[in-house]
Amino acid sequence: MNGMGFFSQHAGEILQATLEHVWLVGATMLLAIAIGVPLGILVARRPWLSKPILGGANIAETVPSLALLGFLLPAPWLGERADRIAITALTLYALLPIIRNTAAGITGVDPAVREAARGMGMTSRQILLQVELPLSLSTVLAGIRVATVLTIGVATIAAAVGAGGLGEFIFRGLAMVNNQLILAGAIPAAALALLADFCLSVLERRLRPAR
Amino acid sequence: MSTETNAGPEPIIEFRAAGYRLPNGLALLHEVSFTVRRGETLVLLGRSGAGKTTALKLINRLLEPTSGSVLIEGRSTLDWDPIPLRRHIGYVIQDTGLFPHYTVEQNISLVPRLEGWTAQRIRSRAQELLALVGLDSGQFLPRYPQELSGGQRQRIGVARALAADPPILLMDEPFGALDPLTRMEIRREFLALQERLKKTIVIVTHDTSEALLLGTRIGLMEDGALKGLYSPKGFLRSREPVAAAYVEQLHTLEEFERGQ
Repeated sequence: MNGMGFFSQHAGEILQATLEHVWLVGATMLLAIAIGVPLGILVARRPWLSKPILGGANIAETVPSLALLGFLLPAPWLGERADRIAITALTLYALLPIIRNTAAGITGVDPAVREAARGMGMTSRQILLQVELPLSLSTVLAGIRVATVLTIGVATIAAAVGAGGLGEFIFRGLAMVNNQLILAGAIPAAALALLADFCLSVLERRLRPAR
Repeated sequence: MSTETNAGPEPIIEFRAAGYRLPNGLALLHEVSFTVRRGETLVLLGRSGAGKTTALKLINRLLEPTSGSVLIEGRSTLDWDPIPLRRHIGYVIQDTGLFPHYTVEQNISLVPRLEGWTAQRIRSRAQELLALVGLDSGQFLPRYPQELSGGQRQRIGVARALAADPPILLMDEPFGALDPLTRMEIRREFLALQERLKKTIVIVTHDTSEALLLGTRIGLMEDGALKGLYSPKGFLRSREPVAAAYVEQLHTLEEFERGQ
């Protein structure tokens, strides 16, 4: 059986696994953005919080992913659903680049611009929403892009707890010493990562503040 | 320190032994007292680190005095809500602080928009402001700050500060970053503008000729203290050593010219 034949024979299965993968990554990114961007703003606004928040996210980043999934298995409100475990673990991984870039984007806003905004009588909420966030959007998005690409890769490990996705093929292929199976997981995952990277970098360039 | 007379219009800005210390105890401004009356242009002249900008920021409550008080229209800045206070005071800084993601029109319409003016009123005010600072509105309103020259940006900075017609204007080294010819041009325009608008203005500068040209009074600052308040003519005649040093620096240039 040649490679192409294998792919066309299992096209349905591969598509199914890719969709699962996209769902895992999509849910993870929504959660990570919803948590990471506000944390990044907090870090920029309250520098004394930067150590505990960035430190915490850093630690999450360094725990081996397989171990993190294992740790989460006994958690009572997670354990019964494999995709919840996977999404929780993946979110912890995705947080660091998002928090860091949001904070960097906001602290990187030209001090003269911020001073002018304050001097003209903008409230700190108006400064955040109308000045700081728009001006740091492309930096925030760069963080989201890095996190997305990272998550697409790490999400293959979610199959270890039965959460599905393209990792299924990779784990099965490893168990059966079948390269074609491994590639059936790895190639779509790599393609997804490249696609996400491309789309998000186009968006990033269009949102860059200095036009 | 020269004494203040009671003649003239009512005081708009009043420093009453106002000082400012950093949390670590370093004093940026010692107890400083002076009054700026309606329609006056007070220039705070001094070298970098003399406390000029600190004094300026006490006026719009970007900083709060750690001793004494600063009164705006008879009320301590601490009794003002900082947001309406700042919208009541135009603010121009050296780097202009124009928002790079806003067009010229959005930049100069900022305070009117925050104040909830109607779109139509904002639009016509923007055109009026550009005419006021001598720029063609059809050409400049849709541009972004990066597409402007330094002089044009500074004009937009002035227009933005004047947008909601504040009675008070603060300017921190407003023309410092410009080349000498453009600077002279803008100073002249500014004088003509002030002739019409009669704002109460405080300007911070380290440039003696700017102080003499723009100020109705000059406040000389050194090491966080106010050394004296002078009329431009009085400043030129002053025997106070620091003032005399500034004047001498002006004369050096003239002597060089004569020597040619």
